[in-house]
Amino acid sequence: MAAARLIGRRFLQLAVVLLLVTFFTFSLVRLLPGDPAKTIIPFGTEQQRAQLNQDLGLDKPFLQQYVNYLGVPIIRSDGTSGLLQGNLGRLYATNQPVTDSLKQSLPISLQLVLYAQVLALVIAIPLGVLAAYRSGTRTDRTINTTAFAFLAIPNFVLALVLSYFVGARLQWLPTAGYQPGWLDPLFDSSRSSTIFSGWSNNHIRYMILPVITLAVGQVAIYMRLLRSDMIATLQENFITMAKAKGVPNRRILFRHALRPSSLTLLTVAGLNIGTLIGGAIVVEVIFGIPGMGTQIGTAIFAREYVELQSYILVIAFIFVMINFIVDFLYIVLDPRIRRARATA
Amino acid sequence: MPAQPPDDMPADGPEGARDLDRYAEDSLESGLAVAQGSLYFSAVEVGGEGQKRRGRKLGIGAWLAIGWMVFIVLFSVLAQLGVLPLKSPTESFASCARLGPFAKEGTAPGHILGCDSNGRDMIARLAYGGWSSLFVATGAVLFGLIFGGVLGMLAGFFGGKVDVVLTSLFNVFLAIPAVVLALALVAFLQGASSSSGSGGTTVDAKFLLILAIGIVSVPLLGRITRASALTWSQREFVLAARAQGAKPMRIMIREVLPNVVPAMMSIALLAIAIAIVAEGTLSILGVGVKPPTPSWGNIIGLDRGKIKESPHIVFLPALLIFLTVLSLNFLGDVVRARLDVRESAV
Amino acid sequence: MTMPAPTPTATAGSTEPMLQVTDLKTHFDTPRGIVRAVDGVSFTLDRGKTLGVVGESGSGKTVLSRSIMGLLPKRGTIREGSVRFDGTEIADLSAKAMREYWGARLSMIFQDPMTSLNPVMKIGRQITESIRQHLDVDKKYANELAENLLRSVRIPEPERRMKEYPHQLSGGMRQRVCIAVALACGPALLFADEPTTALDVTVQAQVLDLMAQQQRERFMAIVLITHDLGVVAGRADEIAVMYAGRIVEKAPAGVLFSDMKMPYTEALLSSIPKLEQPSHTRLATIPGRPPNLVNPPKGCKFASRCAYVQDRCLEEDPPLLPGPQPGHEYRCWFPVGTPEGIEALARNRAKSAAAAGSTVPGAASGTA
Repeated sequence: MAAARLIGRRFLQLAVVLLLVTFFTFSLVRLLPGDPAKTIIPFGTEQQRAQLNQDLGLDKPFLQQYVNYLGVPIIRSDGTSGLLQGNLGRLYATNQPVTDSLKQSLPISLQLVLYAQVLALVIAIPLGVLAAYRSGTRTDRTINTTAFAFLAIPNFVLALVLSYFVGARLQWLPTAGYQPGWLDPLFDSSRSSTIFSGWSNNHIRYMILPVITLAVGQVAIYMRLLRSDMIATLQENFITMAKAKGVPNRRILFRHALRPSSLTLLTVAGLNIGTLIGGAIVVEVIFGIPGMGTQIGTAIFAREYVELQSYILVIAFIFVMINFIVDFLYIVLDPRIRRARATA
Repeated sequence: MPAQPPDDMPADGPEGARDLDRYAEDSLESGLAVAQGSLYFSAVEVGGEGQKRRGRKLGIGAWLAIGWMVFIVLFSVLAQLGVLPLKSPTESFASCARLGPFAKEGTAPGHILGCDSNGRDMIARLAYGGWSSLFVATGAVLFGLIFGGVLGMLAGFFGGKVDVVLTSLFNVFLAIPAVVLALALVAFLQGASSSSGSGGTTVDAKFLLILAIGIVSVPLLGRITRASALTWSQREFVLAARAQGAKPMRIMIREVLPNVVPAMMSIALLAIAIAIVAEGTLSILGVGVKPPTPSWGNIIGLDRGKIKESPHIVFLPALLIFLTVLSLNFLGDVVRARLDVRESAV
Repeated sequence: MTMPAPTPTATAGSTEPMLQVTDLKTHFDTPRGIVRAVDGVSFTLDRGKTLGVVGESGSGKTVLSRSIMGLLPKRGTIREGSVRFDGTEIADLSAKAMREYWGARLSMIFQDPMTSLNPVMKIGRQITESIRQHLDVDKKYANELAENLLRSVRIPEPERRMKEYPHQLSGGMRQRVCIAVALACGPALLFADEPTTALDVTVQAQVLDLMAQQQRERFMAIVLITHDLGVVAGRADEIAVMYAGRIVEKAPAGVLFSDMKMPYTEALLSSIPKLEQPSHTRLATIPGRPPNLVNPPKGCKFASRCAYVQDRCLEEDPPLLPGPQPGHEYRCWFPVGTPEGIEALARNRAKSAAAAGSTVPGAASGTA
């Protein structure tokens, strides 16, 4: 089966990229000039440091450390578990597994990014279609200029503007804090969803401002992309043909033109998950949301390099997986690719 | 015009039809040629022409953007040179702390834009902060352009294994979101520099930022350079140079590079804008330019807790960042539009 | 046939032709100036008849068909003149009102079947879309209709094809699907814009025969647009030759081929290779290019490329003159086959011989 081979090959690429990412983050931590032990306990004695190095396995050769870190079963030298066993390491300070804090923070960031992405697409698609349909008119120019201006607002600036005006001045929405949503209980059963509880401490209430902050920039990007692709599609013969069939404009735009115009949008939406995750970090910090971004910030200040390394790895994993999925969504959107890719 | 048509011009059949089409395309004004095939031609045509026209003569927007960039660069560079009659950006005037326009406690006499929460003059902070932000952003983009450019050129021009290795290397770095990667790099680099500098003389945080943001931009700029180099390497004049037996390195530098550079320049403007935002983001996360040296980002980062009482401390640098990023984006677009025109004229 | 019978629309004033186009002008307002794509075209067409419209690319024939159908975008298009269809003036109807006509009573087949079907929509859906838009039928019945349509345009295994995408079909098949789409609601008038240009030569005749057969069965009028006189030769009742946005010669098919008056028509015809010519005969081509439609030259628009050109042609624009036979019209001061024309041609030949190698139309190209 051509399709199966294709999936196999993409999967292999995926594995290679992830392996290299682990190697990179691992090297970064281990190749720091100087002694990690010195960084962790700057005022400890030589003996204490040596002990720490041994505990962390830092006295072993570099490649050996890497293999241990990955947890490859066959060539593993000691009894400890590694990445492949789901062991992301432990915090230096508390000896807690990194997975504990990940269970709390990952769903928060995932929800934030997901909402922002959905909101951005829901706003950008009709706007892009409208701008393309009315291309060259005042409507189009207005949408375009506004988008261009929004594109220049950094996340942190918008976050501060919204938290000041909507939060502090108008006091409509909270400017800091978080309440668990639908995803949190799935990761950590001790948390319960607040989606159906009262408005004052509802998950959604706390997410509105952060999500808007993240979505605005994406709306501008997606809308501009869709507009230019859509303009190209609207010049296609099959659009004239649909018009000659007596199909109403709305149907031409959304049924005939949108799907073939959305391939670039889909790719970019996948790639921009990365931008969103990056944006989420600063947005979480500003709105005091205890997600991965806040966690990464804390890890940096506490010099918890193992934790930091694990978080980067998890983010890279999510990012690569999403783009892997996007590749397959392509096939759903465009039947031509189904054949072209299968035969390629 | 010869009386006898040349032999190689068939008159009819599918071949002839194509010839006629070509004829028509050559001869007709583009408006009609487009009209033949398209439903929405006029809108696109009008829009496209408008953009081209804007490309030929700079519009008011472009002049405003240029004006702003000149102003802000002069403002910060002259301040740094000590030419401007500004107060020190690190001197505290205790009496005017947190005061300023729109502040809860009123304005500060003698300080037009007020002071920050430590009583330091905002105008001075903004000017010197602008220097930090622009210096870091420009430095990072230069770093990225040099390393990303070289790697991208090699990948795009030589192709084959070089391309495979470099492209997968880029992909590994691109698999980590830019902000996360920059954050990690700064953290690691700061850790590295503080543990290696035993005498306590740490490397200037600005250079660490340049290095971190620069490294993050390498795969991004590298990929763009690669794409551009790849297209240009397949042009006829490059093939011709190859056929004449010119050495690859010579072709790359003499034939391909001059064509890739202009495209990179328009990207560079956009990249500087992104780098300014990156510096701001890192500062707000607490790993940017080290206080008391100001940067636009760390002015916001230090006092964002006081936003309720003294909004001016946060919103003034935010406004400067917004206007600078907007101007750079706009100019980047203008440059790109002009380059497109030139390319289509070839 | 489960097809809805071609409803013979109430042709109340039966004296009026089904389609009557009077002095139709279509100009485009582009940044380079006003493009006079169609510049005063008039003709009539009756039910069941075929009008062949012939001309080079850029002669305005495609714009003409789209202008009659009202398919051109409103913005940037200046459209004047009258289009009466079945006794109704449709030239100034809104797009919303035209939607009642599009696909239902006026249909169109496009040049390139590769690009005129939506690549991401199943074939069946593209046919039923039109049916469900215009006829009040349920999904199941629409599907049956579509299947029968595909069968009637001789597509094998229609039930399977219904579920396929356009890229899974060959060029000829796709054009058949386009015909099926165009015929779906039993239109009274079909515009076929270069329906065979993009197809293999072997498939061209099949598609044209199919159209002719459907025309007979449905008593439908066809406007067949082509650059190839050969295509319309045996198939059109009347032929209009277009040049620079205007009809330069119009006649019943037989008359046009036997007694053409316009040098352009003659040039078009002589550029078709003929079997009786010995091999390696040089093909006659029309030198030069169609004129600029933004600033058309004074006088006859064909003058700069014409073998018969005289001083008068460069100064005065010839009107449509009646030919010797009924229904024949042409625009020329020195018509082919008339004493004036023969003399003009002879004079030009002598001049070019004298100028030894300088060109016949060169006399005009100096001023053009």
